[in-house]
Amino acid sequence: MQEELVKRAKELLADGTVARVLGWKAGDLPYNPEPAYFENEEQLEDFVYNGFCGANLSKYMIEASKLEGKTLVFLKPCDTYSFNQLIKEHRVDREKAFIIGVGCKGKLSVENIKKQGIKGIESISGAEMTDDAETLTIQTIYGEKTCTYASAMLGRCHVCKGKEHQVYDELIGESKDTKDADRFDEVRKIEAMSPEERFAFFKKELSKCIRCNACRNVCPACSCRKCVFDSTKFDSAQKANVDSFEEKMFHIIRAFHVAGRCTDCGECSRVCPQGIPLHLFNRKFIKDIDEFYGEYQAGADTDSRAPLTNFTFDDVEPGIVGERG
Amino acid sequence: MQRIGVFVCHCGSNIAATVDVKKVVEMAKLEPGVVHAEDYQYMCSEAGQAKIDAAIKEKGLTGLVVCSCSPRMHETTFRKAAERAGLNPYMVEVANIREHCSWIHKDMEEATKKAVILMRAAVAKVNLDAPLQPGESLVTKRALVIGGGIAGIQTALDIADAGYEVDIVEKEPSIGGRMSQLDKTFPTLDCSACILTPKMVEAAAHDKITIYTYSEVEKVSGFVGDFTVDIRKKARSVDMDKCTGCGVCQEKCPSKKTPSEFNRGLNTRSAIYTPFAQAIPNVPVIDREHCIKFKTGKCGVCSKVCQAGAIDYDQKDEIITQKYGAIVVATGFDVIKLDKYDEYAYNQSPDVITSLELERIMNAAGPTKGHLERMSDHKPPKKMVFVQCVGSRCADARGKSYCSKICCMYTAKHAMLIRDKYPDVDVTVFYIDVRTPGKNFDEFYRRAVEEYGVHYIKGQVGKVAPQPNGQLLVQASDLLDNKQILMEADMVVLAAAIEPNPDVRRIATMLTASIDTNNFLTEAHPKLRPVESPTAGVFLSGVCQGPKDIPETVSQAGAAAVKAIGLLAKDKLMTNPCTAKSDELLCNGCSMCANVCPYGAITYIEKEVNDHGIREVRRIAQVNNALCQGCGACTVTCPSGAMDLQGFSNRQIIAEVDAICR
Repeated sequence: MQEELVKRAKELLADGTVARVLGWKAGDLPYNPEPAYFENEEQLEDFVYNGFCGANLSKYMIEASKLEGKTLVFLKPCDTYSFNQLIKEHRVDREKAFIIGVGCKGKLSVENIKKQGIKGIESISGAEMTDDAETLTIQTIYGEKTCTYASAMLGRCHVCKGKEHQVYDELIGESKDTKDADRFDEVRKIEAMSPEERFAFFKKELSKCIRCNACRNVCPACSCRKCVFDSTKFDSAQKANVDSFEEKMFHIIRAFHVAGRCTDCGECSRVCPQGIPLHLFNRKFIKDIDEFYGEYQAGADTDSRAPLTNFTFDDVEPGIVGERG
Repeated sequence: MQRIGVFVCHCGSNIAATVDVKKVVEMAKLEPGVVHAEDYQYMCSEAGQAKIDAAIKEKGLTGLVVCSCSPRMHETTFRKAAERAGLNPYMVEVANIREHCSWIHKDMEEATKKAVILMRAAVAKVNLDAPLQPGESLVTKRALVIGGGIAGIQTALDIADAGYEVDIVEKEPSIGGRMSQLDKTFPTLDCSACILTPKMVEAAAHDKITIYTYSEVEKVSGFVGDFTVDIRKKARSVDMDKCTGCGVCQEKCPSKKTPSEFNRGLNTRSAIYTPFAQAIPNVPVIDREHCIKFKTGKCGVCSKVCQAGAIDYDQKDEIITQKYGAIVVATGFDVIKLDKYDEYAYNQSPDVITSLELERIMNAAGPTKGHLERMSDHKPPKKMVFVQCVGSRCADARGKSYCSKICCMYTAKHAMLIRDKYPDVDVTVFYIDVRTPGKNFDEFYRRAVEEYGVHYIKGQVGKVAPQPNGQLLVQASDLLDNKQILMEADMVVLAAAIEPNPDVRRIATMLTASIDTNNFLTEAHPKLRPVESPTAGVFLSGVCQGPKDIPETVSQAGAAAVKAIGLLAKDKLMTNPCTAKSDELLCNGCSMCANVCPYGAITYIEKEVNDHGIREVRRIAQVNNALCQGCGACTVTCPSGAMDLQGFSNRQIIAEVDAICR
């Protein structure tokens, strides 16, 4: 599929439809391709698209919308929800984007490979989007190892939102719905805990936070021009590092700020270097919103009124919300 | 740095008995910015205000904290005092150490601790206060009255008599409301129609009053003095200018099976109808749901028989947009549905009726032409049972917790009238208590018992069971005699609880007027501002505010009118400067604030900004200060914190929280 994407990108650059291409290029390791701009044929030689291209490129379109000319952007089905949400919030300009919806059969996490005891990785085959490989073959300094594709998938792909792109100009490649678990199973486990257990659970997880801000910087919903945690206008900037409680506040406030807008793209948990399951906060909000106001998927459209910024006479009474906890 | 004065009020013993005011003063002196602190018995009194005045002048105060009652009570008092002494009134904060502290605590030590904390929070807020300047807005000299019952009619007449234009919007095809359905009125027993219809005619004829019947308020925007309201005038299908009110169309209409709303479903009406003979306007409407022409396209009888050519099947709903300075809500009530009260067999037997249905039966213009008869076999009843408090004073969730207030009196009235007209009918009333406060009310009830021989039994009816012979078996308890009663009756009359008109929720939301858990509109103050809603420019008239009888309704209607007139008499109003403000450098342009703004005060503009040297055109939020009511919904929705409320900034709130948690 990679070749097809490059070919089409070259055509669109050549005929002047787009001024630049937003995609992925190889990183310094075989499993960490990174988002990149390509402005000519030569640069496109570095373009990659494989199972490790989990990065959601929607957020980059905020800045790309300000540039001259159109930008060609490759979006996977789940990325298109984020793009739609950004259209709704007037943060990206649909007219400035040429969207190619790319096929996806679930994205991989090297952490999930390592968890299976596969260390010293030199190269991985089966992650290319050329075939429907069920197995990954991994060359390591200890010899060749294998694992199933599904066992190496990102957690978010097990609760895949489906293979349909929500917004695109063209489609290239087949997608697969990789869902094999219920999206809210993890949330239910946490809801079943006693308040003390739950507090202990999050305290333990959040104590790992090193405030690198990766979750915030990657999050398409966290797209404020100036984050409240960086602004001197609020006293929160200085507070965030004072003690461990303030660190937890950062994540709790962030979850509140993206509530109702989070599409559950899972980038926060993917990029966290400490492996904190940050998506759980967001997913709890999504579950509550679904239960209180009816099922709602942020980014499924660009013009509906989101439940938290809307009022209907059928809205649940605040007292019910309070009682349920 | 501010120079803050803290003034602690004793409120007689209201505060001082539970809070150590001297201690609060002592602690206040330790707070940053505080240069003066004192206590006094009544801070709101002239002497108390003089102390504030003196301290501002002598100590050069820049901000005030008054530890006293709720700001809803005296914030304006203290702001005015500060202003007289040359201080910006928005540099005054009230720490509520009465309602939030002394009244709800018993332990002096604990209460004092809390009072100190509340004082600290207020001081922290004043430290970040900035002077604010109110603007001015013009007053539209026209009032809207929502609801055309006795409350709405009286309010409209009083406002119109003062020389202001008034519009009445009534949902039904005629004005008159519940009172037009009543037969006689307590305690004088004068006929309801005889006292109501002249008022209806007066309102219709008044040159300052415009009546929109068969119409509903669809949209309200704006604010006190300058509301803009969309009124939906539903298609009547009859031209109001051409119709002569001759009534031939109603006679000839072949669709006559629709239950009559006016007669509470006891008989039927035609599809083209006026609710009652004295309707104002005396112009029928076509009920399109039941009209054969509208259902099948074939009929058109009314159009053929109408000499005036007034029938217009193509008439469309019309939206009338009008500006108003004041809005009076007079949406009235309905009786509750009795679906949940199976034990009274209301849905099983046509001989179990509500009191409002009995009013129609007793009325000469009603379904039985005023003859008291059972609805099942049209025979006159010999034994009647009245059940009080059906759904009122109800402990469980089926009914209402409140007393409907009018039932004791109308039941006495019904019992008395029946005994007077049909002395052979035996009348028994089951009650929890008989509540008859009011001028000549208890005398009235006693007449029913003593002169008319009505049997009053203290106790509740447990069950009404229809028998195969058509009788109703009533099972009840007599609490005074401590025995169970089993008696047969021909008719059972239920004093069903009254509840606010269900439309009031929709209207309250449009007006941003608050309602209580029972859907009654809330007053600005239950004792001192009983006819004003907390929403400026919105006034309350009649049962929409709480259960009341006709005399009370009429006096409240007059009071609401006076409040509205007081507003309309002003040319200009001061606007609240505590409005939202958007920081254009922080604004993302996401529109979330505009989505949640209930006042439509936020618009988005494309504007070039200079963000630390970066010049670019951005989509940013702009607040219309005249429309913004300072509710703060936008500030909590804004993810980047660009929206802030002047006088209640995010920093101030955090400072208060910090002061409380210190």
